[in-house]
Amino acid sequence: MDYKYFPHTESDLKAMMDKVGVKDLDGLYAQIPDAIRFKNDYQLPSEMSEIEVRQLFDKLGSQNRQMTCFAGYGVYDHYTPSVILSLLQRSEFLTSYTPYQAEISQGTLHYIFEYQSMMAELTGMDISNASMYDGTTACAEAMMMAVAAGKKQNKVLVSDTLNPDTRKVLDTYALHQGIELETIAEKDGVTDIDDLKSRLAQGGVAGVIVQQPNAVGIVEDYTGFAEACHEQKALFIMDSVAADLAVLKTPGEWGADIAVGDGQSLGIPMQWGGPYVGYMCCTEKLIRKMPGRIVGMTKDNRDQRAFVLTLQAREQHIRRQKATSNICSNQSLMALFVTIYMSLMGKQGLKEAAELSYAGAHYLCDKLLATGRFSLVYDKPFFNEFLVRYDGDMDKLFSTCMMNNIFPGIRMTDGGLLIAVTEKRTKEEIDFFLDMLKLADGLK
Amino acid sequence: MNNKLYGNLIFELSKEGRKGYSLPKNNYGSYEIPAAMKRAEDAALPECDELTVVRHYTNLSNNNFGVDTGFYPLGSCTMKYNPKINEEVAAMPQFQNLHPKQPAVTVKGAQALVTLLEKSLCELTGLAHFTFKPYAGAHGELTGLMTIDNYHRGRGDMARKKVVVPDSAHGTNPASAAVCGLEIVEVKSLDNGQVDFEDLQRIVAEQGQEIAAMMMTNPNTLGLFETRIPEIAKLIHDCGGLMYYDGANLNPMLGACRPGDMGFDVMHINLHKTFSTPHGGGGPGSGPVGVREGLQDCFPFVSPYQGNYAVMMRAYTYILSLGREHVKEVGPLAVLNANYIKESLKDVYELPIDGLCCHEFVFDGLKDKSTGVTTMDVAKRLLDYGYHAPTIYFPLLFHESLMVEPTENESKETLDGFIDVMRKIAEEAKTDPEMVKSAPHTTPIGRVDDVLAAKHPVTTYRQLQAENVQ
Repeated sequence: MDYKYFPHTESDLKAMMDKVGVKDLDGLYAQIPDAIRFKNDYQLPSEMSEIEVRQLFDKLGSQNRQMTCFAGYGVYDHYTPSVILSLLQRSEFLTSYTPYQAEISQGTLHYIFEYQSMMAELTGMDISNASMYDGTTACAEAMMMAVAAGKKQNKVLVSDTLNPDTRKVLDTYALHQGIELETIAEKDGVTDIDDLKSRLAQGGVAGVIVQQPNAVGIVEDYTGFAEACHEQKALFIMDSVAADLAVLKTPGEWGADIAVGDGQSLGIPMQWGGPYVGYMCCTEKLIRKMPGRIVGMTKDNRDQRAFVLTLQAREQHIRRQKATSNICSNQSLMALFVTIYMSLMGKQGLKEAAELSYAGAHYLCDKLLATGRFSLVYDKPFFNEFLVRYDGDMDKLFSTCMMNNIFPGIRMTDGGLLIAVTEKRTKEEIDFFLDMLKLADGLK
Repeated sequence: MNNKLYGNLIFELSKEGRKGYSLPKNNYGSYEIPAAMKRAEDAALPECDELTVVRHYTNLSNNNFGVDTGFYPLGSCTMKYNPKINEEVAAMPQFQNLHPKQPAVTVKGAQALVTLLEKSLCELTGLAHFTFKPYAGAHGELTGLMTIDNYHRGRGDMARKKVVVPDSAHGTNPASAAVCGLEIVEVKSLDNGQVDFEDLQRIVAEQGQEIAAMMMTNPNTLGLFETRIPEIAKLIHDCGGLMYYDGANLNPMLGACRPGDMGFDVMHINLHKTFSTPHGGGGPGSGPVGVREGLQDCFPFVSPYQGNYAVMMRAYTYILSLGREHVKEVGPLAVLNANYIKESLKDVYELPIDGLCCHEFVFDGLKDKSTGVTTMDVAKRLLDYGYHAPTIYFPLLFHESLMVEPTENESKETLDGFIDVMRKIAEEAKTDPEMVKSAPHTTPIGRVDDVLAAKHPVTTYRQLQAENVQ
């Protein structure tokens, strides 16, 4: 075969077909009914050399605009250490399968164990699974886990301050699972604890889902939430941006039973939506209810410490239709990504990045408020993302920024602008952003 | 690959005060995070310099075996070569730095790629539309079943809650159905490994009005083409159900037969199998779902953006590299490789169902069972010879299943080397069974104690330290 991915020479083909007992390659498909054989040529482009592939992607890439990003809404433009991208290309990691053969997969199994350890530390929870697809599906899995753990309880309460995209994913899963979702009201930008309590009192609640920081960046005070949930035997589930937990009070400290969220903030490029990595951590007593892979410590027959996929009796390939999750793979390579990120940044670096994000966001917010043209929609504490109202022409403001290659934030349906700042934004970029906002305001 | 374990954990290399990062100085003035917001104690993450981190993960990688290391005949997983150009393209900054909520006018190139990939997948499968939201194969299955459930609900037909699945199916199929709130009805397999059409007729006659869909892989998990697929599709369609194609085994169909032409209405594709994106030790994958015209409005919202976009970039790079000339050679060469191994080994390994297979086939252990050497032992002994093990104890139809899938990228020399070793192991099973039963001997670790891990789970470094103290 005259092609770089196919090693078969004419003589190879002949020898192999002789062994198999077919005259030609077509003969290999003799069992397929003729009526459904595909006999045409695929309507696809002709084969491309690497030079042509590069040219095509360069052309497509040039149609994307590179923006200075002040948007968040669950996806943040964080710094990626160069070490990660280089190590992730180690093909012993990249081109391996799920580590079922522990003897030749200790590399993967070790880093997953490290990942689980780090995520448990970050969230303040006992244990972690080996990762989920992303934050939204991790939250949906937590919802199903709560219902499965709650036996006859089939209702899950979801705060109105949860990210609307996450909520849409929950709605999808709940519809098909027959889970009843109720919304806990929002009051002044935060979850209304009185509404939570009255809904809990009606009974039948398996779980309660809140977000910290919430969908508009507010750091909510969840004092009393866990107690209220536990009184009614409901699990308390907290959804957080992973990197923020380096400094924020953890889901564990708030008394959560399950902590979920997206790990994208741990240095993963935004790459237009994925791949990212979801995380799920929980208390020790829920370990056998947790979906997804888990790696545990053991010994080999040479008395060496070793790691292995464990508690597989929970998983879909064993339980089949009795499974409460169909999660099969994890997001392993992305789990490695954030593990290396946390190894490099370490205890201090994660904190320092979080503090920079906090300072940058508050600096920008103060400057905006000082213009007298912007106001905070909610007078609540925030971390690195905040919602402002603009007393002017938002269309003009937005387009002026876009013309200057600044993506100024997410325009909310109520007219507000949700702005996020990370450690990657320099003071110069923030000052330029402010200049553009002033320019747009002056142009009005 | 190492033959001696590198067994450190990054936590064990940590020393207080070391750092492996550099960040800009904080020149915003004084903005202190309020104490009320903050966690009481710092997360106990490692503190390491950059070189320590680089060496640690490089050494860990040497405990691993990948497709780039050696032959990986893992049945049902399609461990084909993952071309390097795919990686180069996926890392292009013009795509990496895009926020998923950027206005459409700023991401025209990214969007164009989605359209081009969709068009290619439609052509290759004979379906009309694809959604790229599903993050993996299992997520695709779930999305596809939700699409089907939405279709029946949309017609006001609320009684269709059953999914017919062959007893040879991947475990994910019934699990996905359960998560979608659907009930499984198992249809039996015949001795030749194919769906028992008469059993299916009985099921349709008894429960036809409740059938939402039939879910199949074709070729099935034994690597056999379901020859009665047109009749099966007709039977299911006539009772009002839809046909779901599990794309796990799509690879041998490239150049041979399209799911849409077989009569399927909905399918998912594992881009990480058929379209060469790396498995990454268990993800990220990508599981786009395709449908016939008219069903695209039933797609559910299972993720917020375009799924695992960078994985899609790799898949499209692969399609472009092959082009129409070579895509159609993928299936035949994968099938030839599988049949060549099967024919070369069936005198020493038990082949329960003879005849042409597709991309993979299943042995039921060694032919000579008197030695006590099991499929597990053969698999472990293969590791000693520098091969990844085949898939073992799946499908569940046989006691000693050993499932081999070579893919189209492997040369005759590689296959011959594998065949020789498989024969040698069969010989060793007779001459030195104890040695085979205690394999592997040359890998970084020996066989592990699974029971210990499950009985007393230690899953974090914090727990591990507590163990050491005790």
